[in-house]
Amino acid sequence: MMKIIFSLCAVVLFALAPTGVWAAVFNPQTFTLKNGMQVVVLPNHRAPVVLHMVWYKAGSVDEPKGKSGIAHLLEHLMFKGTQKNPDGEFSKRLAQHGGQENAFTSLDYTGYHQTIASDRLEMVMALEADRMSNLVLAASDVETERDVVLEERNSRIENNPGAKLRELANQTLYPQDHPYGRPIIGWRDELAALTREDALAFYQANYAPDNAVLVIAGDVKVDQVKRLAKKYYGTIKAHQVQPRRNMLTTAPIKGGETVYKDARVRQPVWTNSVIQPSLSNGSVKRVAALEVLSEILGAGGTSRLYKKLVIEAADAVSTGTYYNSNARGDGKFIFYASPRPGVKLDVLAAAVRTESQRMVDQGLEVGELERVKTRMLSTAIFARDEMKTGAYTIGSALAAGHSIADVEDWPERISNVTEQDVLEALKAVLSEPRQITTKLMSDDPKPGDGS
Amino acid sequence: MNALKFLLVLFVSVMPFAAHAVDVERVVSPGGIEAWLVQDLANPLVSMQFEFAGGAALDPKGKNGLANLAASTMDEGAGNLDSQAFQQRLKDQSIQLSFSASLDRFSGQFKTLKIHEDEAFNLLHSALVKPRFDAEPIDRLKRQIVSGIRSDSENPGVVAYHALFAGFFKDHVYARRAKGTVKSVEAINRGDLKQFVKTRLARQNLKIGVVGDITPARLAELLDKTFLALPLTPGPAQAPEIKADAQGRLVVIDKDVVQSTIAFGHAGPKRKDSDFYAALVLNHILGGGSFTSRLYTEVREKRGLAYSVGTSLYPLIQSAMIVGRAGTENARVAETIDIIRAQWKRLAEGDLGQEELSHAKTYLTGSFPLKFTSTDAIAGTLVGMQTYDLGLDYLDQRNSYIDQVTLKAVQRVAKKYLDADMLDIVVVGKPQGVVSKP
Repeated sequence: MMKIIFSLCAVVLFALAPTGVWAAVFNPQTFTLKNGMQVVVLPNHRAPVVLHMVWYKAGSVDEPKGKSGIAHLLEHLMFKGTQKNPDGEFSKRLAQHGGQENAFTSLDYTGYHQTIASDRLEMVMALEADRMSNLVLAASDVETERDVVLEERNSRIENNPGAKLRELANQTLYPQDHPYGRPIIGWRDELAALTREDALAFYQANYAPDNAVLVIAGDVKVDQVKRLAKKYYGTIKAHQVQPRRNMLTTAPIKGGETVYKDARVRQPVWTNSVIQPSLSNGSVKRVAALEVLSEILGAGGTSRLYKKLVIEAADAVSTGTYYNSNARGDGKFIFYASPRPGVKLDVLAAAVRTESQRMVDQGLEVGELERVKTRMLSTAIFARDEMKTGAYTIGSALAAGHSIADVEDWPERISNVTEQDVLEALKAVLSEPRQITTKLMSDDPKPGDGS
Repeated sequence: MNALKFLLVLFVSVMPFAAHAVDVERVVSPGGIEAWLVQDLANPLVSMQFEFAGGAALDPKGKNGLANLAASTMDEGAGNLDSQAFQQRLKDQSIQLSFSASLDRFSGQFKTLKIHEDEAFNLLHSALVKPRFDAEPIDRLKRQIVSGIRSDSENPGVVAYHALFAGFFKDHVYARRAKGTVKSVEAINRGDLKQFVKTRLARQNLKIGVVGDITPARLAELLDKTFLALPLTPGPAQAPEIKADAQGRLVVIDKDVVQSTIAFGHAGPKRKDSDFYAALVLNHILGGGSFTSRLYTEVREKRGLAYSVGTSLYPLIQSAMIVGRAGTENARVAETIDIIRAQWKRLAEGDLGQEELSHAKTYLTGSFPLKFTSTDAIAGTLVGMQTYDLGLDYLDQRNSYIDQVTLKAVQRVAKKYLDADMLDIVVVGKPQGVVSKP
C-alpha cells in the first residue's frame, strides 16, 4: 500500500546544544553489505519494538518520459506478492504478528516500512528482502490497483483545489520536462495507461541492494542486525544500477504567476516559491543559513512575518516560510500567506516583500540570531524522543544522496551561522529569478475571496 | 495505515503499551492533585498530558466553539506577559504547550527539556489560572478559526461526518462541531472565556499523565504549584446520555467533485461497556486498521473501488458509534455501498471462523506496544487509563482482555450492534443512481 506521498519532503533535522564540542544528533551505527546496500542502525530501547525500513534511491523523478506515476503504482504493487509469499501474504503475516506497515513515494525516493515487536525482526527482513527481487505481478492485479490509484488521485488532487494548483504551478517552476515539474502520482492520462510491463521495467531498473538503504531503529543490537542483514539482504545480487541523472535546474523556466479559481475555495492562499540550493548543490554554509533564515522569517507565531502580517497589520490569518534542503535536485524556499476576508492577495504579497526587505536593510535585532539558534539546536533532544524520527531523517538524507555526516554535523553548521550569512541568503532568495507565484482563489464572485 | 488516518477516532484508552517492565506510579501531591507517572530517563525531558472532563459539548447555547476558542487563546498571554511575550518565552526555551478541545474534553499537551522544567511549569500555571484573553489574540484567533470553519465547509470528509452526526444526534450537543459555526464563534466574547476558565477547569475533573525524567517527589511539588490554584469543583453542567439514532437513512449532499466521500455508521458500544473488547476485535475484522480487513479486501483489493475504506469504534462519554468512511468515483458509489452493507450483514449473521478471529486477536495484542515509542504517546495513554477507570495495571492486563474474547462473544456482539438495514449513510459528491432516503 502506498499510502503516503511526500510531495514536499519536509525533512527537519535536529540537534543538541552542549558547550564546546558539538554532540552528534542520532549517533547511528552504519555498515555496507558486499552488494553495496548501506545499513543504518539506531538502537532505542524504550519499547520492545523495531522499525524496519528499506529506502530505494528511486522516486518519481526516475520515471521514463510518458510514464508518470509508475514509481508510485509500483509501490502499491509491491504488496501483491512473490512466488514464496503470494497473494498479499506479506501483509497477512505481518498483521497476524501485530505488525503495522506502510510505504511512500516521493520525488527522489521510495520507502517501505514496518513496525513490529522486536523479536519478529527476522521475519520482516525475510519478507522485505524477498520482494526486493522476486515480485510477481498478474495483469489483473495491475488493472485493479491502477483503479485504486486513480481513486487516490481523485481524493488527493481532484478533490483538493490547493493540490490542483500546486500540480499546475510546478510545471512553471521547473524547465520543460524536468521531473520535478511532474506530479508524483502521475498525470491522469499517463497513469490510466500504465501496464504490468511498465511496472516490472521500473522495478528491474531500480530495485536492487546497491540502490537501497536499510534503516533499523528500536530495540535491537547492532551485531544482531548485521547478522540478519547479511543473511537476507546480503545474498541479493547487485544490479550495477546506472548512475542517476543530474537533477539540477539549469534550463530556463516558464516562471510567472499561476492562478487557480474554484468555487470550493473558502480561504484564498498566496505562495511564492523560489529555487534555492539544496544539500546536493549548495554549500553547507548557505544551506544552514537558509534554514536559520526560514526560522527567523517564517516559523510560527513569533516569526517576523507572522508578527507583521497577522498581528500588527491583521491582514492575514496565516503566513510563514518553508525551506526544503533535502533533495537530489535543487531545493525550494517558499513564502505563503492567507488573507482575512476583504484583503487582496497582492496586498499580502507586497507585505511579505516589504518585511523581508526590511530585514535586509536593518539587519537582525540584538540577540535574535542566538535565540533562534538555541531553539533550533535544542530540537535534537525532542527528536531523539520518538523512535522513528532518526530513521526518517537519516533514511531520507541517504536516499536523496546525502551523507550521515550531513545529518550528524547539523548542530555545528547551525551554530556557525552568522548574521551576515542569514542576510546574504535572504538577498539571494529575493533576487533569484527562478521563482513563481501562485494564487488560490474562489470563483464565487463575492467579497472576501481575496481577488 | 494511512487510509484510516482521517477516521477521527481516538482510541485513547487502547493505545499500545509494552508489556515489558513499565511501572505506572500513582503520584498524589500534598494538595491532593493526582497524576499517573512513568519515569523514563532515556532523554532529559518531561512530557505531560492532561484533560478536564467536559469539552465543547458543554458550550453555552449560541456560543458553540467556546472551549475551542479558549484552547486557542489560553497560551496567548497570561499574568504579566502579553501574547507575544508569552509565546516568545515558550519558543526561546523550546517549551511545547498547547490546548485543544473535543466534544468531551478540554486537553493540554506539554513537553519541556529538563533544564527548563521550572519555567515551563510556571508558564503552564499562568496559562491555566491567569490567562489574559486580551482583545488582539481573541480577534486574531477568531479570524483563524472562522477561516478554518469556512474551509471545512468544502472538505468532503468533514461535511460527511457532520451530516452523519447531525442525523444521529439531532438537537443534542453531540451533533455540534467542537469548532462551532461562523456565527457562534463570532458571538463569543472575553467574558465567556473568563467564565469558561472559572467553571470548567477544576481539580475534580482533571486527569494527568506524565512521562519522563522526573521523580515522584519532584512531580508532586510541581503538581501543586501548577494546578492547586484551580477551583476544586467544576460547574454542574453535563451532557445527557443519548443513543446514536441511526435509521437506515441515505443522505446525498451535492458537491461537484469526481470522487464521492461516503460516511456511514450507527450505534456501538461505549468504552466502559463489557462488550468493548469483543467489539474491538469485531471492528478489526470488519474494517479496522490493517491491510487485511474484510472491507479493505472486498472494496479495495478485489475491486479497486476505493483508495481508502475502513471502520472504527467511536466511543464518546455519553454515546458511542461504529463509523466508517470510503471514497470512490461517482459512478461506483452504489456498488460500494452494496458491498459495505453486505459485509455488515455477513458479520451480523455470525459468518466468522476461528482462524480469522485468532488473526485479529494476535494483531491487536501484537500491535499494542507499537505506539509506545515516545513520551507523549505514553502520557496520553496514562490519561485515558484514568478517564475510563482501566486501572494502574492496564498496560499489563490489556492483552489478556483481548485474549479472552471468544468466537461466541464476537458473534453475539456482531448480532447486537451490526445492522445493515439501520446503517445511516451520507454521500458527499455527485453519485450516480443514488438518491436520498430520509
